[in-house]
Amino acid sequence: MKKLLPATLLLVALTAQADSYSLPKHAAFEEECSSCHMAYPPQMLHADSWRAMMGDLSHHFGSDASIDDQRRVAITNFLLAHAGGRKTGDTRDAQGKPLLRITQTARFEKKHRELPTATWQRASIKSPANCAACHTRAAAGEYSERWVQIPK
Amino acid sequence: MRYLLIIAATLFAATASAETPRDFLTRFEKEAGAAASAQRGARFFTSKQGGEWSCSSCHTDKPTQAGRHAKTEKAITPLAPAANAERFTDAAKVDKWFRRNCNDTLNRVCSAQEKADVMAWLLSLR
Repeated sequence: MKKLLPATLLLVALTAQADSYSLPKHAAFEEECSSCHMAYPPQMLHADSWRAMMGDLSHHFGSDASIDDQRRVAITNFLLAHAGGRKTGDTRDAQGKPLLRITQTARFEKKHRELPTATWQRASIKSPANCAACHTRAAAGEYSERWVQIPK
Repeated sequence: MRYLLIIAATLFAATASAETPRDFLTRFEKEAGAAASAQRGARFFTSKQGGEWSCSSCHTDKPTQAGRHAKTEKAITPLAPAANAERFTDAAKVDKWFRRNCNDTLNRVCSAQEKADVMAWLLSLR
C-alpha cells in the first residue's frame, strides 16, 4: 500500500500533465491567430498540418484569413518549432493527408467521445472549436478534466 | 537649427504613421471620387450582400456594441470609433480586414465607395 501511493500520485501527475500545454510566446501568432478564435496550442497538431494550413490562409475553414507574407512566414516557423510530439498522436486522415481541424484528430475524438452531439450544439458552446466554453482554463493551456465545466 | 529639423522630422514621421478614422473616410472618398453616404453605409453593413454573412453577423447592427464571431463565438470589440478608440488607427489593419471581410461577405473586394459609405456610417454612430 505504501508503494502504491507514490505510484498512484505519479500516475495522476503524469495524466494531469498530459492535458496541459506550455504556451510558447510569439506576438504575431497571438495577435493574428486569436483575432477570430483562441490561439490554439501549437502542440495540438504536427508540423505537416500547420504547414498545410499556413499555406492556404485565404481559404481558412470557409473564411479569408490571409495575412502579409512576412508575418505568415514568421508564424509558420514558430508553429513548426513548437508543433506536436508523441502525445499529440495521429493527426492525419485515413488517406494519410494531414488534418487541419484539431477537432478531427484521433486524440481530440478520443478525449471527447462521451459527449453527445446535442451538447456541442448548445447555444453556450456552439462549436467544438470553442474550447473555453467548457475548458475554463484553456487560455492558460490547461485542459485537464479538473477544469472542465460543461455549461447548460 | 539642425536639432530643430530633427525634431520636426520626428514629429512628422509620428503623425504620418498614426491615422485617425476620419483619414480613412477622406481616403476612400478620394479614391471613389464621390461623397460618402452614411445611410447607404448602414444599409450595406446590415444586409447580406450575396454571401452567407453580412457585416452585422459578427459586428451586430449596432457596432457601438461588442459583437461575436458568427462561427467561433469569439468576442469582438466594438467597431464604431466612438465606442473604441483603437479602431481605424492603423492603415495596415484597416486594409487587411476590409480585404478579408469583404471577401467573406461579398465574395469580392469592396469598392472605395462602399468603404467610404461604411466609414461615414460608423463615424456617425454615437
